[in-house]
Amino acid sequence: MADFPNFPNCYQIDSKPHKFCPGCGHPIVLKMLGQIIDEMKIAEKVIFMVDIGCSLLAWDFYDLPTTQTHHGRTIPTAVGFKMAAKGKIVVAYMGDGGAYAIGLQHALSACLRNSPITTIVVNNTVYGMTGGQMAPTTMEKEVTTTTPGGKKEFITLQGPELLRQAANRQAYLARGTTDKPLVLKQLLKKGIEAQLKGNFALVEVLSACPTNWKTKAPETIERMKDLSMVFKEGEF
Amino acid sequence: MFGYPITPSTEILETWARFCLKDKSISLLQTEDEMSAGFGVIGSCLAGVPAFTATGGPGNILMQDAVVMAENLRIPMVGMIMQRGGMSTSTVIYSQEEVRLTCFGGNSEGFRIVYSTSNLQELYDYTIKAFRVAWKYRWPTFILADGYQGKMVGEVEFNKIMDKINNVSPILKKGVNLRNCYNLEEEINEKITRFQEEYQTKREEIEEAEEYELSDAKTIILAHGIVGAAAKVVVDELRKQGLRVGLFRPITLRPFPTKAASQIMDQAERILIMESAIGQLAEIFKSEFYGLQTTLIEINKPALGFTPEEIVKTVQSYG
Repeated sequence: MADFPNFPNCYQIDSKPHKFCPGCGHPIVLKMLGQIIDEMKIAEKVIFMVDIGCSLLAWDFYDLPTTQTHHGRTIPTAVGFKMAAKGKIVVAYMGDGGAYAIGLQHALSACLRNSPITTIVVNNTVYGMTGGQMAPTTMEKEVTTTTPGGKKEFITLQGPELLRQAANRQAYLARGTTDKPLVLKQLLKKGIEAQLKGNFALVEVLSACPTNWKTKAPETIERMKDLSMVFKEGEF
Repeated sequence: MFGYPITPSTEILETWARFCLKDKSISLLQTEDEMSAGFGVIGSCLAGVPAFTATGGPGNILMQDAVVMAENLRIPMVGMIMQRGGMSTSTVIYSQEEVRLTCFGGNSEGFRIVYSTSNLQELYDYTIKAFRVAWKYRWPTFILADGYQGKMVGEVEFNKIMDKINNVSPILKKGVNLRNCYNLEEEINEKITRFQEEYQTKREEIEEAEEYELSDAKTIILAHGIVGAAAKVVVDELRKQGLRVGLFRPITLRPFPTKAASQIMDQAERILIMESAIGQLAEIFKSEFYGLQTTLIEINKPALGFTPEEIVKTVQSYG
């Protein structure tokens, strides 16, 4: 039997198994981030902040100073912390609803000001914790509990592309996917490095939500491919 | 400071910006809204650096998002509220319509400290005190004033020597995982109950009131803030006319100075509650003094101020 790799050292072992649904993309993102924190040897400096929504389930995921905030308010809390403790590495972790709907003004303003924090946005195109309602990122014709006839109200919001229009040129904006965790890991690492250079970073991660998409594993994989057709991976 | 301009609190933001030019040990972030300002303050406090915001009216409403989190996580955030008119956008200078919001806003139980100031010296003194008290008790703490106080120019005696704020240290540190979400009703019930017990145990240390000519008063004027200041002006004059009048001015609206009030409120014949709102102060008082036999007369002037002259006439009309 092959040896399984160890958990990242920065994991809080007591809180495992984690609280996310089977098949959820969050644990992949958190694992990649955990590996980076270990490899960069920055655990003593990292402050982790999570939003409302499924991201809050990570409030005790790491053995790192962590706080959960309110819906969309993780970015201003992170900005305030960083202003007061410039030597820390502050990571704001949230979903697409928190970053692009109820907290878009904060993402946009932090981007505009080039506030030196690292924002990770896990985009599963729905509001997960409340049971699968339409998000700004919901794709056209996508069926959600608030678009039972398929979404046709507005075009799909592209977060990093939108923010690029307003962002300071130094701000780092990227999109990865849980389908390609090692590529994602590199993007997350660059997101941390951007903060170390004094810049704002936002890394969006395309992610699966089998619970609300109501997909079985093969369909989930197919669905992730659909996402990659609509949302372009890379740096912006 | 974290802030977003809103009349009549804007001068605080602008003045702090000028201070920041000279003093590199302080900083300012003009935020995109009052929610961001409130959460920015929380972020700074989590890192162990005292911070504050200033707002009023609709901005105070947005800030409440942060205040309930500060209550739950025991964050010593400080806010200066310059009341403007209610309801909604309303007028921009004066009312006492933000008492209920500042004391009890949000899905919480009002675990906060609210000082209502009545003049510039108090505005100065209680702003300094707010930081000390917030970090001592770890409840969000507010200075509740209004646009008259916020925009008034006058003399203030500065403290030459400023003591350090005690008990300041990082809140979010190794081994700390904070959350506002709970799975079980029993879990949050236990927490709220524990907070309430602590709040009630400590409240007498925090409560403050100004008591003026109360020992033999038949008529007690109960008023806070600038209305209390107007009432104080007329107490001496009314006494010269032979009317036994006194003033009870709560400085802490939350917690209400119940201990001090309970010494005298049942000895008067009547209590005149005067405020620039409809019963916001009165409802706090009545909830603390349910069953009080003394006659209560509520004089409500929502959004309007009280002149000393009209207070004289009002008191005279009751004899």
